[in-house]
Amino acid sequence: MNLPEELKYTKDHEWVRFENGTATVGITEFAQRELGDIVYVEVETVGESIEAGEVFGTVEAVKTVSDLFMPLDGEIIEFNEELESSPELVNDSPYGEGWMIKVKVSGDLPSDLLSAAEYAELIGA
Amino acid sequence: MTDIIKKIQLNDLHIALGGKMVPFAGYNMPVRYSSDLEEHRTVREGVGVFDVSHMGEFMVKGPQALALIQKVTSNDASKLIAGQAQYSCLPNEEGGIVDDLIVYKFGEEEYMLVVNASNIEKDWNWINKHNDMGADLENISDSISLFAVQGPKAVEAVQALTPINLSEIKFYHFTVGEFAGVGDVIISGTGYTGAGGFEIYVKNKDAEKVWNAIFEAGKNWDIKPIGLGARDTLRLEMGYCLYGNDINDTTSPLEAGLGWITKFTKDFINSENLKKQKDEGVGRKLIGFVLQEKGIPRAHYPITNTGGEVIGEVTSGTISPTMGIGIGLGYLKSAYAAPGTEIEITVRNKNLKAKVEKLPLLKK
Repeated sequence: MNLPEELKYTKDHEWVRFENGTATVGITEFAQRELGDIVYVEVETVGESIEAGEVFGTVEAVKTVSDLFMPLDGEIIEFNEELESSPELVNDSPYGEGWMIKVKVSGDLPSDLLSAAEYAELIGA
Repeated sequence: MTDIIKKIQLNDLHIALGGKMVPFAGYNMPVRYSSDLEEHRTVREGVGVFDVSHMGEFMVKGPQALALIQKVTSNDASKLIAGQAQYSCLPNEEGGIVDDLIVYKFGEEEYMLVVNASNIEKDWNWINKHNDMGADLENISDSISLFAVQGPKAVEAVQALTPINLSEIKFYHFTVGEFAGVGDVIISGTGYTGAGGFEIYVKNKDAEKVWNAIFEAGKNWDIKPIGLGARDTLRLEMGYCLYGNDINDTTSPLEAGLGWITKFTKDFINSENLKKQKDEGVGRKLIGFVLQEKGIPRAHYPITNTGGEVIGEVTSGTISPTMGIGIGLGYLKSAYAAPGTEIEITVRNKNLKAKVEKLPLLKK
């Protein structure tokens, strides 16, 4: 299972990449594998400030619909619009082209973000 | 005992094939092997195999066999000839449906009922309760494996395994004979995909041999194992009912669009009330719909008219892998049930435009 060391993870199976006060967020390889083919990603919260743990969008697989949770406090500044026409990018490249949102981080980071090793333990990888 | 998850005969083989096993109707079943969408395409365009051994099989024999079947089922089994099968349902006494099923006729005094896995115990008790005429009943569910070989290439892919001419088995007909070197195999022109093909009933002891032979023979046709995920999207494109979603103990066969298997040429459980319902008309109807904009309908989402008034509920929904749009089934007030009627599906907080469509939803 691919779990890049430089990323942080949540127990809701999201990953976070930090760059200059901006966080990029997506779902993990484990998550996309469990969900199966991703056919729709809906994020209509661009421009909104959302607290950690709140829903910022939904991801739909053929059989299931799942909420996407904010891993930290911040303002959603961008949605990966490639996903509108190519949601399968989430399956093909969960940590790369399949990223979902960029967030302008506000406040302190939640203390429950996981390291790659801690997340690996959570999913039994 | 209902909490125990049962294993089908080839459980370990499916795991070895990469199948993701999930509990379904009391059995661990392969939901997918690689990708729901790819598996769906394989069945629409080529050939794939489902292990649906969780399904239940009851044998009904003896001089009273037909009398019992006529009493508990809604379709008219007296019309069957030996070697023919019939889609039917078990009406309950309150206007709903105990289960839907297929009735196979082997001979004047020998029939097989194939029922949903989730309802095996319920159906068995129900049918026995109504067997006051004394037909011989046997539940052989735990000794039978069932493989659905489905797709336009199904016949050519497995023809080499049997001396029976598969292209001569008509839709909803079957034959019993040798297949993959095994005797007494039931080869049935049925399925739940609308893609053509067969369902093959074998004894558990022969299951692995037959499964492996099918994959060996089908290699040149790129035959693939298919999970229950694709089975659901395939049946929804056709508009076939799924028990527990689209029909249940409270939906009448007439509401569910199953009037064509509800025959008043005979008496059966609750036939008098259903006849009355047919004459008076039903208040709600199960319809198929197609979304006119992006989004995916799911079970229990509300259906509204274009004025926003709730007029029904989605019972099954998905994205159609073939058409790339949201499709579903749901109950609507009868006034809105005509094909072409504009409706809306409430997906989360938004109302998405949809249109009532004639079944099948997949247009050839």
